[in-house]
Amino acid sequence: MNPPPQTPLRGASPLRGKKRLGRPGAFLVSGLSTLFYKEMLRFWKVVVQTVVAPVVTALLYLLIFSHVLEAHVEVYPGVSYTSFLVPGLVMMSMLQNAFSNSSSSLIQSKMQGNIVFVLLPPLSYLEFFLAYLGAAMIRGLVVGLGVWGVTLWFAPWQMPHLGWLLAYALLACAKMGAVGLVAGIWAEKYDQLAAFQNFLILPLTFLSGVFYSIHSLPPFWQAISHANPVFYLIDGFRYAFVGQSDTDPWLGLLVAGACFVAISALTLVLLRSGYKLRH
Amino acid sequence: MSQATPAIRVNALRKRFRTTQALDGVALDIQPGEFFGLLGPNGAGKTTLISILAGLTRADSGQAAVMGHDVVRDYRQARRALGVVPQELVYDPFFNVRETLRIQSGYFGLRHNDGWIDEIMHHLDLTPHADKNTQSLSGGMKRRLLVAQALVHKPPVIVLDEPTAGVDVDLRRSLWEFISGLNREGHTILLTTHYLEEAEALCGRIAMLKGGRVVACDTTRNLLQLTNEHCAQLRLDAEVVPAAWQGRLHHDADGSWRVNFSDYAELETLLADLRGAGVRVLEMQLQEPDLEDVFTDIMKRT
Ligand SMILES: Nc1ncnc2c1ncn2[C@@H]1O[C@H](COP(=O)(O)OP(=O)(O)OP(=O)(O)O)[C@@H](O)[C@H]1O
Ligand SMILES: [Mg+2]
Repeated sequence: MNPPPQTPLRGASPLRGKKRLGRPGAFLVSGLSTLFYKEMLRFWKVVVQTVVAPVVTALLYLLIFSHVLEAHVEVYPGVSYTSFLVPGLVMMSMLQNAFSNSSSSLIQSKMQGNIVFVLLPPLSYLEFFLAYLGAAMIRGLVVGLGVWGVTLWFAPWQMPHLGWLLAYALLACAKMGAVGLVAGIWAEKYDQLAAFQNFLILPLTFLSGVFYSIHSLPPFWQAISHANPVFYLIDGFRYAFVGQSDTDPWLGLLVAGACFVAISALTLVLLRSGYKLRH
Repeated sequence: MSQATPAIRVNALRKRFRTTQALDGVALDIQPGEFFGLLGPNGAGKTTLISILAGLTRADSGQAAVMGHDVVRDYRQARRALGVVPQELVYDPFFNVRETLRIQSGYFGLRHNDGWIDEIMHHLDLTPHADKNTQSLSGGMKRRLLVAQALVHKPPVIVLDEPTAGVDVDLRRSLWEFISGLNREGHTILLTTHYLEEAEALCGRIAMLKGGRVVACDTTRNLLQLTNEHCAQLRLDAEVVPAAWQGRLHHDADGSWRVNFSDYAELETLLADLRGAGVRVLEMQLQEPDLEDVFTDIMKRT
C-alpha cells in the first residue's frame, strides 16, 4: 500500500482549520476597515502626488490671484480679497481631491484587473461604499488642511466658525467622494474619466464663485450659478471664515445635504446591481 | 456518491453576453473532497462558470451554490467557502507580497493571520520575496501570489482557472504537489486547464464544456475508456504488407507502420497475416488512448 499521505499544510483542512467568526457585526467592521485601510495606504504611499501637489497648485492660485486682485477687488465690505479667496481655494482643493481619490482608485483597479481582490471576498456593497467614501473624505480633508495651512502665511489668521466649517467640509468631501465612486464605476477607460473630470467637475468648481462673488455677475449667470450645487459648498464654507455669504448658509447646507443623499443613493443602487463591476 | 451537501452545485445555469451564449444550461455537482477538472476549448464558458460561482458575474438564470450556500442569496457564506485563482495575472502594484496577503486576509475578516500567511508563503516559495513589490515579481511569482491570495481564508473549495498557463516545469510540479496535498487534506479542487495530461493525472472526475454546454462528465477512468482507439506502431523487415492490410497500415516517414484498431483481436489477426506472408516484426509499440484522444473525439462528435 501507499504510505499515508503527507500533510503539507497542517491546519489547511476545512475540518481542522475551521476558523469561525462569532458575531457577524465584528466581521462587517473588519472587512470594511481593511478596505478603508487599503484605500488610505494607496494614497498615502504616493503622498507627494496626492497631497503635496494639490497644495502647491492651490498656493500658486493664491499667489497669482491675490497679487493681481488684492488692491482692486473688495467683494464683501471689510473683507480683503485674499481672505475671500482662501476659503474658496481650500474648498475647491477638497472637492477635487475627494473626487479624484475614489474615482482614480476604482478606475485603476478596473483597468489593472485587481478589482477582483475586493469583489471576491464577502464584502457587502454598503461596506464597499463606506470604505471608498471614507478614504476619499480623508484625502479631501488632509489636502484641505494642507492648503489652509500654507495660506496662513499669506492671509491674516481669523478664527473660523468651527461648526459651519466642519459641516461644510465633511459634507463636501463626502459628496465628491460619492461622485468619484459613480464616475469610477461608470468609466471603463482613463479618457472617459478624464472627460468626466474636464467637462463636469472642473467647470462646476471653477464656475462656483471661488475667485469672485456671483453677485458681480449679470442676473442670468447668477441664476445659472444658483443651479450649480458646488456653488453652495463654496459659499457656505466661506461663510464659516468671513461671516458673509451670497446665500443663507442653512439653505446651502440643505442643498448640499440633499445632493449627497441623492448621489449616495445612486451609488448604492449601482453597487447593489453590480453595474459594470459584476458583469 | 455521498449524501453530503455538494461542494459545488450548479443547475440550469445560463449566461448571455450580448451576442454570445456563454453558458447554455449547465448543471454540475461536485462532491466535497473531489479533484474535479473542467475542460473545454477557448470560449467554452469555463471562466464564465467560475465567475458566476465567485460572484464576479451574475447568471441570467439558474442556480449556483458553494457548500450549500447560494452564491447570490448567501453570498457571504458562499464566498467565505471559496478560494479563486483567476485566469488573468492580476496584482496591485501599490503593495508588496506580505501586505497583499495581509490585506486579503482582512477582507475576509481575519486580522491576525500572520502564522498562516507565513506558512502559505513558505509552501509557495514566496518567503524570499515577502517584501518585494508585486510589480517587480516575475510572472510565475505573480501566479504563486494569486494562489496564496486564494488561500488566505482557508477555503474548503479551491478553484483554479488555468493556474499553469505560462508557468515553468518546476513551478508546475511544485504547484501540483501543493494542490494535491490540499486535496488530500479534504479541500475540494476545481481545475481548468488546457494541459490535458495534467488533468488526466490529477483529476478524479472531469466535465467537458463546449459552447456553454456540458458535453461529457464522468470519472477520468471512464472517460479514458470511451475511446477504444488504440494505436500500434510496427517496424517490419519488408517494404510491402499483405494486400488485405494495405489500406489500414500507414507507412510513416520514418519507415515504420502505424495501425489504428479498436479491438485487440484485430491486432492478433494482423500479426498472424504478417507471419503468413513471411514478414517479420522487428519492433512493436502500443499506444494507449489518452485524454487528449478522448477530448478531441468528444469535441468532434458534439
Ligand atoms: N465580459 C464579457 N463580455 C462579452 N463576452 C464575454 C465576456 N466574458 C466572456 N465572454 C464570452 O463568453 C464566451 C465564454 O468565455 P469564457 O471566458 O467563459 O471561456 P473559457 O472557456 O474560459 O475560455 P478560455 O479557455 O479561453 O479561457 C466567449 O465567447 C467569450 O468571448
Ligand atoms: Mg477562461
